Amino acid sequence: MNIDGIENGIVLDHIKAGRSMLVYRYLGLGKLQSQVALIQNCSSGKMGRKDIVKISETIDLDLDVLGYIDPGITVNYIRDGKLVRKENLEPPETLENVLKCRNPRCITSTEQELPHIFQISNREKRMYRCIYCDTVVKRKEFDLLPG
Amino acid sequence: MGKEIRSVVNILDLSVDEINHLMELADAIEADPGKFQECCAHRKLAVLFYEPSTRTRLSFEAAMLELGGQVLGFAGADSSSAAKGESVADTIRVVSNYADIIVMRHPKEGAPVVAVQNASVPFINAGDGGHFHPTQTLADLLTIRRTRGRLEGLTLGLCGDLKFGRTVHSLIDAMLRYPGNRYVLISPEELRLPFYELEKLEKSGVLYQEVNSLEEAIPDLDILYMTRVQKERFFNEEDYLRLKDSYILTPEKLLKSREDLAILHPLPRVNEISVQVDKDPRAKYFYQTLCGKQMRMALILFLLGLDKG
Repeated sequence: MNIDGIENGIVLDHIKAGRSMLVYRYLGLGKLQSQVALIQNCSSGKMGRKDIVKISETIDLDLDVLGYIDPGITVNYIRDGKLVRKENLEPPETLENVLKCRNPRCITSTEQELPHIFQISNREKRMYRCIYCDTVVKRKEFDLLPG
Repeated sequence: MGKEIRSVVNILDLSVDEINHLMELADAIEADPGKFQECCAHRKLAVLFYEPSTRTRLSFEAAMLELGGQVLGFAGADSSSAAKGESVADTIRVVSNYADIIVMRHPKEGAPVVAVQNASVPFINAGDGGHFHPTQTLADLLTIRRTRGRLEGLTLGLCGDLKFGRTVHSLIDAMLRYPGNRYVLISPEELRLPFYELEKLEKSGVLYQEVNSLEEAIPDLDILYMTRVQKERFFNEEDYLRLKDSYILTPEKLLKSREDLAILHPLPRVNEISVQVDKDPRAKYFYQTLCGKQMRMALILFLLGLDKG
């Protein structure tokens, strides 16, 4: 299967296989007018299988969301068909309105206006803690707010 | 630049030095209450209680009145604007204009974080659901220090509901900052200390053991911290009935305890300490409420910057 390279835009590479739809949803790529390609299960020497997302427009990316979904993602900025900048991600310190607190006793469950804020509590295990009630969200729980 | 507003949501918001300072202040209050009776004259404490409480609310009100201050507030969400749907943030912003310091109890966990974000006066958390209750821990610490003379090198028995008991978790967090303490965790399997608290004990490298029998644990203890084993915590009534008596403190169970044991309980007590134990000199749970009031007095003075006078 061939998908053209892009002239100007962004290529999100080394996405863990199966996560590209999450990336698509939480970056709001469905709202763009430009071409977006999601490629799932590409062969990768390093990863075995990986996903790639190509966006034919340079947009402001929410790197915190990306870093939470998968800090292994590489962000490649393309201009005139050439790679001009490459960024590696880190798990973000704080996530605002990305994750939802699941604790039914948390103040965020009754006060809808409050932002859902999580802070990293264990970088190694990539665990995040609700700043209000201290409920911990483990890495595998993608309890994200609607993107 | 304005002076930094200090608030207390969690016991760990106070450093060990600050807690020691508060305990010294409480001792000074105990020694000469008259010296402090006008310290908070013309100051107001707002007491915002979104759920029922007897001791904590009255303790705060008594504390402020004994410092010569005044109190205003409400004692239930029904009698506040929360019943009309007002947010914690808005209530706190408004009350900051009415009072010099705010104390709040709220059933939702994390409500105090919202309060601190919106308060323009010092704020004290008086309990947020099963989360934090720092002034109870201040009461516990002062009681331990006064009855045992120190907060280091003690063997603490924590008995009953260690899973849901927020007072137990906060007490462990606070005591871990003092060296050489040993922890005996006495509970049925169903109500063991949660993983995240056990992890703190592990990481600190302190000695601890989990046991089932209160009777067997008692002889070694310097402090026995009792909590209530609630029926609703069990999956079935059979287990509850089988276990409930094992965690009731009676004069018989105390026969093998040390003479200088101090028995604490955050109260309310239901039946987990027999009333026959009340007369025993080792029973310190009513004295603990006096310590609580004096620590709240010390905390109010400290947060209002009136502790140096």
